[in-house]
Amino acid sequence: MSTAIDITSLNAYYGSFQAVADVSLTIAPRSITAFIGPSGCGKSTLLRTLNRMHEVIPGARVTGSVSVDGEDVYATGVDPVLVRQRVGMVFQRPNPFPTMSIRDNVLAGVRLQRRRLSRHDGDDVVERSLRAAGLWDEVRDRLGKPGSSLSGGQQQRLCIARAIAIEPDVLLMDEPCSALDPISTLAIEDLMAGLRASYTVVIVTHNMAQAARISDKTAFFTIDGARKPGRLVEYDDTTTVFTSPSQQATADYVAGRFG
Amino acid sequence: MGTVLEDRASVGQASPPGLRAPTPGRPMRRGGGTERAGDRVARTAATAAGATILVALAGVGLFLLARGLPAVRAGQGDLPEGASSFWQLAGPLAFGSIWAAALALVFAIPVAIGVALFITMYAPRRFAGPLGAIVDVLAAIPSVVYGLWGLMVFAPMTAGLYGWLATHAGWFPLFAGQPSATGRTILTAALVLAVMVLPIIAAVCREVFGQTPTLAVEAALALGATKWEMIRMAVFPFARSGIVSGAMLGLGRALGETMAIAMVLSPTPFLVTIRLLGNTNPNTIAAAIAQNFPEAYGMEINALIGLGLILFVITFVVNYLARRMVARGARQGA
Repeated sequence: MSTAIDITSLNAYYGSFQAVADVSLTIAPRSITAFIGPSGCGKSTLLRTLNRMHEVIPGARVTGSVSVDGEDVYATGVDPVLVRQRVGMVFQRPNPFPTMSIRDNVLAGVRLQRRRLSRHDGDDVVERSLRAAGLWDEVRDRLGKPGSSLSGGQQQRLCIARAIAIEPDVLLMDEPCSALDPISTLAIEDLMAGLRASYTVVIVTHNMAQAARISDKTAFFTIDGARKPGRLVEYDDTTTVFTSPSQQATADYVAGRFG
Repeated sequence: MGTVLEDRASVGQASPPGLRAPTPGRPMRRGGGTERAGDRVARTAATAAGATILVALAGVGLFLLARGLPAVRAGQGDLPEGASSFWQLAGPLAFGSIWAAALALVFAIPVAIGVALFITMYAPRRFAGPLGAIVDVLAAIPSVVYGLWGLMVFAPMTAGLYGWLATHAGWFPLFAGQPSATGRTILTAALVLAVMVLPIIAAVCREVFGQTPTLAVEAALALGATKWEMIRMAVFPFARSGIVSGAMLGLGRALGETMAIAMVLSPTPFLVTIRLLGNTNPNTIAAAIAQNFPEAYGMEINALIGLGLILFVITFVVNYLARRMVARGARQGA
């Protein structure tokens, strides 16, 4: 069961610096939503507020609310560990655990939740997750090798397998292809189209062609200058944002005229 | 779109103000070779420093061999403490050194890791800095101070505990036998050593824990790891070789420690025992040298230098083994 996300009047800060100002938007279940905008516009910060990874940075804090499946993840008594088990994340640079084998990397999150995992159940999870991440055929005969022995694109798909192995409702992707070559990027884009059937996917990307190719909805963010907070300019169907945006700023950005 | 491209094209036409135009034909050869004076000075100084350490090491090694080896063949009458052969003297002392140092590490390493974790992961950032500085200062306290504290404060405090341990856990081989009433046992010495080496190990661990890649930390947290689970998944694997290095630094200090042992312990010659609480305790090489040297003459001096040689070899072997462990960890990608 995948889940809708409701962001209401969200502000995010690093110490005294406000990175995101007053963002409200609703993300439909089983869709791909792209966050685009210039560097520093707060789109990655916003993404990290959705699974409470923002607060991991010292001094970082959030006001406003983020509801996942109707439940405010910032309400008192909510355990960020449990939030992150339901809202998975893939990072800009592939980050498999270098000392773990491919198999152990896939199972890393699963083992946190299920202390006793039989060999057989583990095998099932590994195969299912690696297949879903489109990596199974490439690594099936070397699951015991270190995750760091894979190429960058394979490592990123391993990280996706690791994230979906714990069966989250939502998958957040923070520029997942920006460190990858075009062929690996394509592999991940294909994979995301498949993930949409089961997950609510939110992706931050600098690649506007990618946003246009894969996403159902697009949110465009911008900043009004250095040390100013990022703000949401426009949020609509991806086709609308790229062909007939309602804001001039969006039109300029998607056309490559940044201003 | 078009206007942007035209703008960029026009920028390339003339050099921006403040930059000189390229001069053609600038030379690529210079007189006096390719090494600049600064490079030559730095290279010579570094080479000299490197050579000095090698010369010093070789000098110490040669001295130990030349003066120590004759004692290996010495018999009764020529050796300190009435030993009948060099090995009767050296064996138990080598055991005592390694035993005391190993015990010290067993106590110190977990606490040092805990201290380092607290400073890097748990302490509020305001406290972390000062706390780290305090740990560094502790590492610099002279060992004679630790020895005095161990003898006058710590040993008397432990006597009661040792009696209790011997009564209630005497079935355990380490705690067997008649407990010491003064608390001046190998266990006390090892605990004093542990306190001494703790700051060094903690300082090294703090350094390596602090360098855990953010990527790995976030990978663990994003999977729903708790803080402790994150530490096990992300911090320890990266820190393993650093922890070993820190432990080896501590071990080196513990093995070579003279004063703390000599002051705390009342040793029995030629004794090898793993009992921790008794009145009779094995001595260590470093302490035996310090205790016997003032009254030694002739072959006894050679025997003490021979003991130094044994300690030298132990230190070498331990360091080599530790380096191999670290290298293997590095190959596994840690």
